[in-house]
Amino acid sequence: MAVFELPGWTALAPALILAVTGLVLFVFDSISPNSTNRSLLAGTAAGGALVSLAVAVWFTFAGVGTPTVDGGLGEISILGGQLVVDQLALYFMIVVAIVTALITVASYDYLVDHTYQAEYYSLIILAATGMSLMAAANSLVTIFIALELASLPSYALVAILKDNRGSVEAGLKYFLIGALSSAIFVYGISLVYGATGHLQLENIAAVISGGDVDGYGGLLGLGILMLIGGFAFKTASVPFHFWAPEAYEGAPAPVSAFLSSASKAAGFVIAFRVFTTAFPLGETTALIGVEWTHAFIILAIVTMTVGNFAAATQDNVKRMLAYSSIGHAGYALIGLAGLTADGGEFVMGAAMMHLLVYGFMNTGAFLFVGLAERWEVGRTFEDYNGLSTQAPVACAAMAVFLFSLAGIPPFGGFFSKFFLFMGAIEASAETTAMLAVAAALVVNSALSLYYYSRLVKALWIEEPSTTRDRLAQPTGLYAAIIVAAVMTVVILPGFGPVVDTALEAATAIVG
Amino acid sequence: MMIEALLAVALVGALVTFVAPNRIAGKLAFAISLVPAALSLWMFAAFDGSGNALLDGTLAFESQVEWIDLGSYTISWFVGLDGISLPLVVLTTILTSLAIMSSWTPIDNRESQFYGLILFIEANLIGVFAALDFFLWFIFWEAVLIPMYLLIGIWGGPRRKYAAIKFFVYTNVASLLMFGAFIALVLGLGDGVTSFALPEVANAMLNGGPDGLFGLEGTTLASVVFVAMFLGFAVKVPVVPFHTWLPDAHVEAPTPASVLLAGVLLKMGTYALLRFNFTMFPDQVETYAVPIAAIAVISVIYGAMLALAQTDLKRIVAYSSVSSMGYVILGLVAYTQFGIGGATFQMVSHGLISGLMFMAVGVIYNATHTRLVTDMSGMADRMPVAVGILVAGAFGYMGLPLMSGFAAEYFIFFGAFGAGFDYAPLFTALAMFGIVLVAGYLLFALQRAVFGPYRLETDYEVSRAPLHDIAPMFVLLGIIIALGVAPDLIFEMITDAVDPILENGGEL
Repeated sequence: MAVFELPGWTALAPALILAVTGLVLFVFDSISPNSTNRSLLAGTAAGGALVSLAVAVWFTFAGVGTPTVDGGLGEISILGGQLVVDQLALYFMIVVAIVTALITVASYDYLVDHTYQAEYYSLIILAATGMSLMAAANSLVTIFIALELASLPSYALVAILKDNRGSVEAGLKYFLIGALSSAIFVYGISLVYGATGHLQLENIAAVISGGDVDGYGGLLGLGILMLIGGFAFKTASVPFHFWAPEAYEGAPAPVSAFLSSASKAAGFVIAFRVFTTAFPLGETTALIGVEWTHAFIILAIVTMTVGNFAAATQDNVKRMLAYSSIGHAGYALIGLAGLTADGGEFVMGAAMMHLLVYGFMNTGAFLFVGLAERWEVGRTFEDYNGLSTQAPVACAAMAVFLFSLAGIPPFGGFFSKFFLFMGAIEASAETTAMLAVAAALVVNSALSLYYYSRLVKALWIEEPSTTRDRLAQPTGLYAAIIVAAVMTVVILPGFGPVVDTALEAATAIVG
Repeated sequence: MMIEALLAVALVGALVTFVAPNRIAGKLAFAISLVPAALSLWMFAAFDGSGNALLDGTLAFESQVEWIDLGSYTISWFVGLDGISLPLVVLTTILTSLAIMSSWTPIDNRESQFYGLILFIEANLIGVFAALDFFLWFIFWEAVLIPMYLLIGIWGGPRRKYAAIKFFVYTNVASLLMFGAFIALVLGLGDGVTSFALPEVANAMLNGGPDGLFGLEGTTLASVVFVAMFLGFAVKVPVVPFHTWLPDAHVEAPTPASVLLAGVLLKMGTYALLRFNFTMFPDQVETYAVPIAAIAVISVIYGAMLALAQTDLKRIVAYSSVSSMGYVILGLVAYTQFGIGGATFQMVSHGLISGLMFMAVGVIYNATHTRLVTDMSGMADRMPVAVGILVAGAFGYMGLPLMSGFAAEYFIFFGAFGAGFDYAPLFTALAMFGIVLVAGYLLFALQRAVFGPYRLETDYEVSRAPLHDIAPMFVLLGIIIALGVAPDLIFEMITDAVDPILENGGEL
């Protein structure tokens, strides 16, 4: 395969393609700042995302990043190990590219009368570049840079409806909390650097394993705790979750979809990489006195419970989805909570699968809300009453997303939750507390059916409270929603390859 | 590949129907549903399996492909039919076609969605009976809930929202219980099993059983799992005291949904009991035989007495289903060839008869817009054919010889009378008393509603039902009589699949 002869940096192509796309969008905007060609802008953005997706998928199948012992081409280390392209990186690049493609296609219709379209698309693509880089970042410095590259455009995106008070307020809140958590994250990095003298993840691990950190265990522990804080912000987990409902509600729906799916996945990939590579469980525990998995066990249980209970009490659909997104961060946290000193690749693989499926079902659900916003039907459950009589196909897709989010077979969400459950049970052989996590997963899933089915009921069973005009069927939004729905369903027969890819990636990083 | 073809036709048909124009949806769905019906009849004729699917039997139309590898467990696409599941698949496909035809009159809004959901439910029901991997089976099992929830919720009667959510919550909670129990069992079996394939799990259960899990002894774990799965399935069947969702769901559901609900969905529960509890846990069946038999008899008698107290024709038929399902449980717990064979025969027979009854009640309701026995009198004058079929169905329920109901109940009583557990003859005698009650409430209701001088409190013009309402009922009546005259049409293959179960306990 031709991939052999290329220089190493080309392995970053999925991220680089996004970066170039972002710049091209800027060029379009500078050539004619006063006119807006919606098709060109949306087409370029979506095209860039799709090419990035195609390249990442091709790399995965061509064996780029796959360890040579498994017959692949080996992990590719770039800039002296600051960035690394392995299976884990490619997997999350795929997730990010999928979500980006879906929302750029959907934005074509959502932004019909919007003034700042070029800016919107270039910010989306730049944020996606940052997320893609987060997947490959292998040192605390590159992680922080990629994180900020993803975050800064996101703040602007949330506030992009400049005339909408809710949007601006949400953007400000998101920015303030983001700035705070970034500060905590950087402080954590400095503490870890102080304790170990290194920023690159493997070197940190080598120092920890070599026993050179004696006496700085407390410092290291505090640093790790602060890093967890940074991850919690990016993944919308407790205790830095409270920005999410505000930001998702105020932001345009495609941006909410983007943040709650892609941004969350990117947050998880750095958490996966940092904790499996830099802080080997056994040795780190010997230094700081507690297993860091315990922190994730507590965070997982609290996050899923908080998210689901809060979601159950909402009347506003978007807020409900925002809290449900917090709940799902709790499910994915099981992937870190279930790690053990000598294993846990299965539970981490399950969390990765959950994030992929979530990329379809959650994006789709938020895009449906975007469609409803475009129809101007209102924001509460009651406002959605009886929509299926007018738009059966979109409502059928929404029912698929909601049942999948609730974990009802035959949809993808059932699979990933089942694997998480099995992984948690498996891990409970080592850590009994994982049984509580498994129980929390089941109880929360059962609870979540209550509020998800409430929306299905509103869409399908309730009578419309007011007579509505004929609802438009915008092509782009419809296409994105239907693709997301089809993927949520066919991920089921296709789950074999996905499972293999995720498990191999997890094994490579954990083992 | 035959089973895959059945599923594919139903699923693709569901999608096509869902987006078809309302005007043609009913006819289109009927035409599509004829394909699985014809295919399944061909499969019935070409059936070459023998033995029990879980116990080293030869499967017909088997296909097994590894699907997902979880490291310590593999999940396969594993489907196949034996003498127990094939009749139920045929029942499903035929009943679906007939239910679709019987919907042409009553369903007059959002037709394409309605018929799409019916075909979707058909696919999942076929899947439930054909799947032999627990994971795959559970997907089909749960996926039945969603379309049924929508069918009741959208096209149902006045209290449809309440009935739909009650149905969904009841059966879903029960499924979770059963699901958790089975996963615990597989984990408890340890290295003995490497997949969720039911034959492998059954084999491991019969050769040693679980090692224990979470500090529970192996035998205790087996008992806990047995009870939890029994409870999970009992809700679906349903048996007293878990039956309260059934009358609500039935009464509110539109007629075609009732036909499928009573005809096939209830059989999911008894089929699962047979496949899991009564095949994999012979020792526990022996231990818990008396309480289970008591539950069965209580369901028979209490269900019949509830039916006796109703004045709504649909409610009468709904409660009588509780009673009939009690017979199935009694037959299963008897653990004899005629007991379990009769129970399986009763699943098919009750599917046909209750489907017929719901259709007949539906046809009368279409014309009169009332189902209350107290509102009607002398309906036989105005709707002779529909009423004639209703009476014939009622006699099938009562167990008139030469109809399938007679054969089923005879087998069950014969099998249960000679069963090995304590007080088996007493339980059987008590259950037989249920027949008297059935005759009582059905004849009483018929006497008031259909005979005597014509009188009806309604503004509607009551006239004969159209042919497409009547035809499906004649088809069902024909099958009911055929099975009554020649039970061996299916009983032979059923007993062939039942016998291997009894080699592990019980008596032939």
